[in-house]
Amino acid sequence: MSDPMRIRLQSVAGVTTVKVLMSHEMESGQRRGEDGRIIPIWNIQDVSASWNGKVVMTAEWGGGISKNPFMQFAVKGTKPGDKISITWKDNRGDSRTDEVLVT
Amino acid sequence: MQLRFEEMMNTRRNALIKGTALSALLLESLMRAEDSFAYQQSAFDAKTVAELNKSLGLSVPLESSQISLLTPEIAENGAVVQVAATTTLANVRRWIFLVEKNPIPLVAIFNLTEDVLPSITARCKFAQTSDFIAYAQLADGRVYYNKKEVKVTLGGCGG
Repeated sequence: MSDPMRIRLQSVAGVTTVKVLMSHEMESGQRRGEDGRIIPIWNIQDVSASWNGKVVMTAEWGGGISKNPFMQFAVKGTKPGDKISITWKDNRGDSRTDEVLVT
Repeated sequence: MQLRFEEMMNTRRNALIKGTALSALLLESLMRAEDSFAYQQSAFDAKTVAELNKSLGLSVPLESSQISLLTPEIAENGAVVQVAATTTLANVRRWIFLVEKNPIPLVAIFNLTEDVLPSITARCKFAQTSDFIAYAQLADGRVYYNKKEVKVTLGGCGG
């Protein structure tokens, strides 16, 4: 099981800015190990963000996203108590979901 | 009695065959449905921007000053470069982030709904000094872009 995401919310006038920090190696598949062989790609491929259970954004990522990925986006029309949840899935089938409440 | 048993077996066999054919069909259509949502591997295999545009089936991107990019001018470490894109264009449904000179230019695709603002920030790897390009695809399929160079003093792809 991978480490939890760190999700920070900041709400101003019904717009909630969501900052997400994920814990993942994000091996690009371009690097060579000491034995000269390419280190296989290991990356988060699919990301989805939900607002009160409704998907509001999805993303597809390649090996070009940095290690321990950071992402920021903003949801419109939020109110205190709303639930924001983020899910990621990597190319090894590992996945993780974390959620936070709008304050 | 013998005959009836054989008949019965026949019907059972036929039913079994029909059932297998049906489930194969079902499986096929299920897999096809899955395909339409699947990770676009071919786009993440494209080695040039031209190849990528073709792979995603994009119309020719037009340069737009309505797209603003926030990137560092110089990045000491190409492994972590924060990039942000925002726009005053209406009905943006998709952001596509590219680092032109990376071995694989496509970094990320963000599919937006009307519930989110057309502003995205992410952190990318830069293998070398390169343009950062952001495509904004609108609901009607039109694609606009803007780009900005990031000078990298230490590469991020170990290449």
